[in-house]
Amino acid sequence: MKIRNNTLALDNTDLKILEALQEDARQTYTAIGKRLGIAHSTVYDRIKRMEQHGIIKKYTTMIDAEKTGAKNITAIMTIYTDPKESEKVAEKLCAAPQVLEVYTSLSEELQIIAKVIAENQESLHTFIANSIAPLHGVLRIRTSIITKKFKETQLSIANDPKKLTLIKETTQIKEEKIK
Amino acid sequence: MNIENAAKILRTVPREKAFYFFTSIGNYTGESATSLKEFMEKINSVNIKSLEFHLCRGDFEKWINEVLEDKKLAEEISKLKKASLTGDELRHQLYVLAWRRYQQLTSEF
Repeated sequence: MKIRNNTLALDNTDLKILEALQEDARQTYTAIGKRLGIAHSTVYDRIKRMEQHGIIKKYTTMIDAEKTGAKNITAIMTIYTDPKESEKVAEKLCAAPQVLEVYTSLSEELQIIAKVIAENQESLHTFIANSIAPLHGVLRIRTSIITKKFKETQLSIANDPKKLTLIKETTQIKEEKIK
Repeated sequence: MNIENAAKILRTVPREKAFYFFTSIGNYTGESATSLKEFMEKINSVNIKSLEFHLCRGDFEKWINEVLEDKKLAEEISKLKKASLTGDELRHQLYVLAWRRYQQLTSEF
């Protein structure tokens, strides 16, 4: 772990700590240290520094909405917008509690892609008709209601190809030295 | 019908109270109407799927009754729903109803 231009450069140990936390953020410093073969105080120091530098943004809980009994529907909206108004449209979408994620995408036209939840199809339609369609700059909307979820995960150190390569290469080098 | 009532029905409503044309749940065509005149014009140009979608759901009569506050036209459109029309026949009948009502209201001035 090095600080360059006030930015924290992560080394292999930091990445492995992050990977361990992404698997289970509630495990103890001792458990992580034991797993990585380092002292728990090292784990503590590194986690604190990554928190201070905003690399670790927060610890949260992933909830299986279906098991809570909630019968919400999820939909992906593609909102075609006037490029001059797209920022404002995106900001207003972000303010709506029904909207979970908001992205912009540039293909042939400027699009905003948003993930939205609603109690049922009727409340989804009412929300879009009353709150999204009237926004200045909205040209048209395509909505796909999700019928089955095959995968949902957060960006992980473990599934980032570059970081994964780095970890593998470093591990191989160490193994060769031991031999 | 007095002039005041006719003017009220013929007024242009704010953007947030406009009628927004969808073809199905959440699929907005980009077309909207803020007055009876504009609504009548859009009937002629909007995707036919949109007319079928909204007529079936009762959205036209609801907007005309609650926003434009024209009970008479709302009732006539409600009757049209029972006729189970589709395609160009639906577009034509809907346009005729809106056009007749528009002519009737503008003749008050």
